[in-house]
This record gives sequence, structure tokens and C-alpha cells, in this order.
Amino acid sequence: MYSEKVMDHFSNPRNVGEIENADGVGQVGNAKCGDIMKMYLKIENDMIVDVKFKTFGCGAAVATSSMATEMVLGKTVEEALQITNKAVAEALDGLPPAKMHCSNLAEEALRAAIQDYYKKNGIPFDGEPVCSGCCHDCSVVHE
Amino acid sequence: MDKVIYLDHAATTSVRQEVVQEMLPYFTEKYGNASSIYAIGRESKKAIEDAREKVAKALKCGPKEVFFTGSGTESDNWAIKGMAFANREKGNHIITTAVEHHAVLHTCQYLEKEGFEVTYLPVDEHGVISLEQLEKAITDKTILISVMFANNEIGTIQPIKEIGRIAREKGIYFHTDAVQAVGHVPIDVNEYNIDMLSLSAHKFHGPKGVGVLYVRKGIKIHTLLQGGAHERGKRAGTENIPGIVGAGKAIEMATKDIEDKVSKIQALRDRLITEVLEKIPYCRLNGHPTQRLPGNVNFSFEFIEGESLLLMLDMKGVAASSGSACTSGALDPSHVLLAIGLPHEIAHGSLRLTFGDDNTEQDVDYVMEVLPPIVERLREMSPLYEEVKRGVKHV
Repeated sequence: MYSEKVMDHFSNPRNVGEIENADGVGQVGNAKCGDIMKMYLKIENDMIVDVKFKTFGCGAAVATSSMATEMVLGKTVEEALQITNKAVAEALDGLPPAKMHCSNLAEEALRAAIQDYYKKNGIPFDGEPVCSGCCHDCSVVHE
Repeated sequence: MDKVIYLDHAATTSVRQEVVQEMLPYFTEKYGNASSIYAIGRESKKAIEDAREKVAKALKCGPKEVFFTGSGTESDNWAIKGMAFANREKGNHIITTAVEHHAVLHTCQYLEKEGFEVTYLPVDEHGVISLEQLEKAITDKTILISVMFANNEIGTIQPIKEIGRIAREKGIYFHTDAVQAVGHVPIDVNEYNIDMLSLSAHKFHGPKGVGVLYVRKGIKIHTLLQGGAHERGKRAGTENIPGIVGAGKAIEMATKDIEDKVSKIQALRDRLITEVLEKIPYCRLNGHPTQRLPGNVNFSFEFIEGESLLLMLDMKGVAASSGSACTSGALDPSHVLLAIGLPHEIAHGSLRLTFGDDNTEQDVDYVMEVLPPIVERLREMSPLYEEVKRGVKHV
């Protein structure tokens, strides 16, 4: 049911862990839904120089977290914000339809971490709502 | 990874070689339609009746009380809808439980749309219904009590004998979904006052695609499938003769020396339960500690999610199952785990391992070798566990 890439990222997830004194930390989802994703960013001169994640969730949730961290490493914050859930899913050679919401979680965790960085540094940003990552009560429309 | 340790016998089982051998001639040489009058037709008819005798012997009922169907699900649908529609004049109330298989739950929900009223009895923390609540739920409109013999997820065995007694005293028919129980625990429909019982052959080393509904003599239920005189006009459709032959052989084998088999499997179950609870922290056993199916083990591991656990076990060659939402494609975890009072986050981290008589002590050794590091690895990856380690979250 999962692509080889999903299974690769699930069994050997990249960038698992935490960053002490991270410049931005974002956590989305909730335990009730069975998915929580937490992302840590180290940002220097507007560039993401380190990224780590921790995830409670299914195979797709772990794989999308791992892939998202690979995709943002070395990118500028602006570039990282352009990464969509669809791009993460595509990079994994697709996800089963029932698992697409896991890719939302990756996109939103990244966004939440970047917003945290903006807040900490007093940088104004569009206050767009971050989806809770919990499909039960979330109305955010994803691509 | 060549080694596969199959610990999902509640999902399905392999067909025994002896069963396959009995089935084979009915695909090729003895292919007659049992409704035909010539020799190979009569031979097929006899094969069905022989299988019926074997099922009857296993359930301790008469052969005329045994009807072959296409699955356990069909048997459940037939028993409940057939009983409901046949007794509409008498009443419109059905009592069942919150932890039934969907074959029963969804059938009851369908009947609610058709104007029936259904009481879904809650269960205690071990998954057992309360006999007091059952008695209180009975009204003069109650036509059927349907309570599963044993739960497919957590293995809890219901007080079937007492439920049967209550139903009999009140003059209400009693159906039990015994799909997980037949061939795994001794059953006597008369001793337990069971009026209807569903079973499925593939759960005890028989073929898939064959179910049975036992209906006590004298009980009238409506027919769901029209179109022929098969199964004495109660279930139309050309009989699955190889399957039925296989079901007969399989139930004969499964119920022979059942006590010995039960004690062997139960020993594996109890050893695994003891060792896992001892070695893995933040873990609980779901279901009743003793009143459970001999082969069923169901744990919840906090801070991790079931599907991830299954994928990692699969990589190590262990086939198991989980009640997590992710494994079903739904948003909510198993209704059974929620019904026993588990919070969502703990229900998501469930693992079901079900033993069969082909499992060995070495299989338990192997699970104990691979499971604890997998749980630990997933926890190291989990933001929930991080909070616990830091003391932010109290368990």
C-alpha cells in the first residue's frame, strides 16, 4: 500500500530528534487523532541550516515528516514556505488517499515552526490559520 | 527476511492440508450440482449433508439446524435481519452490545433506519457486559438479544450461558456471533440456550467463503436470498460444495481434542502477556485477564501509534494487527477499545497478537526479542514520550 520511498523514509527516517535552542519550533496535530508532528528549525541568515522532527503517528506521518525535513534543509525561509503538502507527497511517489492528511501535517508543522521563528524575531507575517492537523474539527482547505 | 511468524489467527488461518485434500475432488471429479438427480449430483448432495453432520456434532445440535452461508458476516446479517423482519408483529426492539463486530453493528444500524429500536449495551473496562443492565434493557417489545461469544479484538468472552438463561426465561431469542469462538473454545448450543449462532470456517483452518448459521428447530426467520430450494429453501444459491466439505473437515479437526489445544495456546498467550507487561513500561493489557480467548493478546503501548508498530513488526517478519485508526483508514480508533474506556491516544497504540496451534514457544521468544526495541525506537521518535521523559506530562 505504501511506495518504496515511503517505506524507506519510514524505516530510516532522516533528521529525527530535537534541536536545543531551536530558532523555531512548531507542533501540530493531537494525540486524539493519532498524529502529532513536532518540527525544530535552526535558522542562520534566513537559511534553514538544521532541522529535526519528532512524530507520533502512522507510517505515512513518519515518512512525510522525514521527507519534509530533507526538502527544507538548506532552503531559505521563504523557499521553505513554498513547500506544499502535495509536493511532499509527490516526493514520496504518492500516498494512499486515506493518508493524504498526513502530508498536511508535515506542511503545517513546518509552517508552525517558521511562524514561531517569525514571532521570536519580531518579523511580521500573514496570520494565516495553521490547520490543527486534526481532521476531526479542521476546516482548512489544502491543495 | 524469510522467517514469518504469523500472529494474526483472529484475522484468518491457513487451510489445513487434510482439509484441502478433502476439498480437492469436489473441484474436478465430483463437480456435480447438488440439485441434480444423476450420480455426481447426488454425490455432491451427500457431501453437503456429511459436512452438515460434522458441524452439528461440533455445536451439539441437529443437522437440520445447520445452514451453510457465504461468510460469518452473511450469517450475522441473516440472523438479525431475518429475525427482525419475521417478528415485526411481536416487537421492534433488539438488544446488542457496543463491542460487536461491524457485521452485527452495521446490521443493527440498518434496522434502526427501518424503524427498529436497538439498545447497545455498554461494557466494563474488561469488555464484559453487565447482566443486570441486560435484564433492565429488556422490554415487552424486545424480540432479539445478540451478544458475541468472544470479541475479535480484545478476546473477551461474554457470560454466554447466563445471557442464554436470561433470554430463555424472558422468552426472547438469543443470537451469538461466535465467529472467533468456534474451534477455539468448547460450545454447546443447548447447554448455553443459544437460539442462533454464526460461525466462519476460515477462522479455524477451513476455507474462506463458507459460513454457518445455526438456527434452533422451530424458530422462524425470514429468508434473505430468494431463488431456489437450496438449504431447504432458506438460503438460495448453488452450494459452494468444496468449501462446505472443507468447513466440515475443519470443524471436525478443530473441535477434536480442543481442551489440549486450548491449554497449549493459552500457555503461549499467558507467557507473552507476562513478559511484555514486565519488560515494556507504559503498557497495558486490553480485555479480560482470564475470561479471554486462549489465543488472544491485545496490548496498548502509550506514546506510539499502532500502524507504525505493525510496519516495523512486519519488517521483522511478525504478522499482527492493531485497532489504530490508521490501520482502518478511519479517523477514530477501534470502537471496542473506546468502549472499554481507553482514551483515543492510547487506543491508537494498540497491538493485537493472536496465536494458533501452529505457534511455538520459539515464536514467543522471537516476539520478545524484536518487540521491546521496536516500541523503544518508536517512542524515541515520539514527541509525547519526550514530554514524559522531561516530566512535563504525568502518566
